[in-house]
Amino acid sequence: MGFLGDSIESIRSLQIRQVLTQIVSLGMIVTSALIIWKGLMCVTGSESPVVVVLSGSMEPGFKRGDILFLHMSNDPIRTGEIVVFNVDGREIPIVHRVIKLHERQETGEVDILTKGDNNFGDDRLLYAQGQLWLQQHHIMGRAVGYLPYVGWVTIIMTEKPIVKYLLIGALGLLVITSKD
Amino acid sequence: MHSAVQRANALVTIAAILLAALCTAASFLDSFNSPSVQAHVEVVKINRFKRQLDGNDEVKMTLNISMNLESIFTWNTKQVFVFLAAEYETEKNSLNQVSLWDHIVQEKERASFRVKVPTKYPLIDQGSNLRGKKIGLVLHWHVMPKSGRMIRDKMPLSYLSLPNSYTTKS
Repeated sequence: MGFLGDSIESIRSLQIRQVLTQIVSLGMIVTSALIIWKGLMCVTGSESPVVVVLSGSMEPGFKRGDILFLHMSNDPIRTGEIVVFNVDGREIPIVHRVIKLHERQETGEVDILTKGDNNFGDDRLLYAQGQLWLQQHHIMGRAVGYLPYVGWVTIIMTEKPIVKYLLIGALGLLVITSKD
Repeated sequence: MHSAVQRANALVTIAAILLAALCTAASFLDSFNSPSVQAHVEVVKINRFKRQLDGNDEVKMTLNISMNLESIFTWNTKQVFVFLAAEYETEKNSLNQVSLWDHIVQEKERASFRVKVPTKYPLIDQGSNLRGKKIGLVLHWHVMPKSGRMIRDKMPLSYLSLPNSYTTKS
């Protein structure tokens, strides 16, 4: 009650200049986050340098809520690598391991078959209708590093959007009412 | 003097930085580990060697595999994914790399073993090139850490020369 009263008091006593300064600093924070994200995209050569593991198909190695660091280099893909790929028509990328690979002479094009460590069968059921192999252009990146649990924040915010709005609302309130 | 929020903010920031530093250090220390793996594979029997209806060769076999992966494990190791790949070249493909069998080792105590197993995944060629083919059997392993960088390595084990004619009727 006291805190709420103080907050309302401080909102009323704000001057225009102070408000503008706060807005600019908020903008700076958001844009620096964006710069870091885009920078990571350049360095790792991949469209999304970090992905969150959503399913249990790679357990016990990766559990739901872990995050994976991706990297895409021009090195040829080899069996055993954990790759992230998009199936035509599906939004969510899949992170599985390459179990079969055939590379053409001359062109170097590859046919790839993947499988989740924890799945019984290979991924042909997940590919588009009639598709037997993945090609290089389906692969978004290789998983090179891993952090446990950090991805739960993203999962909670995606599956329960109310948490996202609450968080942003609280942050906004904090920024406006802080006297710094 | 300092509000509760400011204190909480400082605490969480420092905790996060320390945690990130620890994870990086753990992963960095892993690179000092120089493992020496011993392994051996022999083909006990070729269970199936035929030409499928779509024209591709298919091979299934039983393998005797033994290995000692204990030196790969560090305190930052969560599991080691090990698989045996058949690698060979054909006229059409410069590299065919097909996993025949894989296994997950979660503890150092279980990292040394010997198994006699049928191939988990059939070796299917793109085409009909396997008669009389010499295939390399290579052991690959993938170290998945508790946090940090994943490490991959491999070790060629032996060669297998497939028979000159199919042993199973199509």
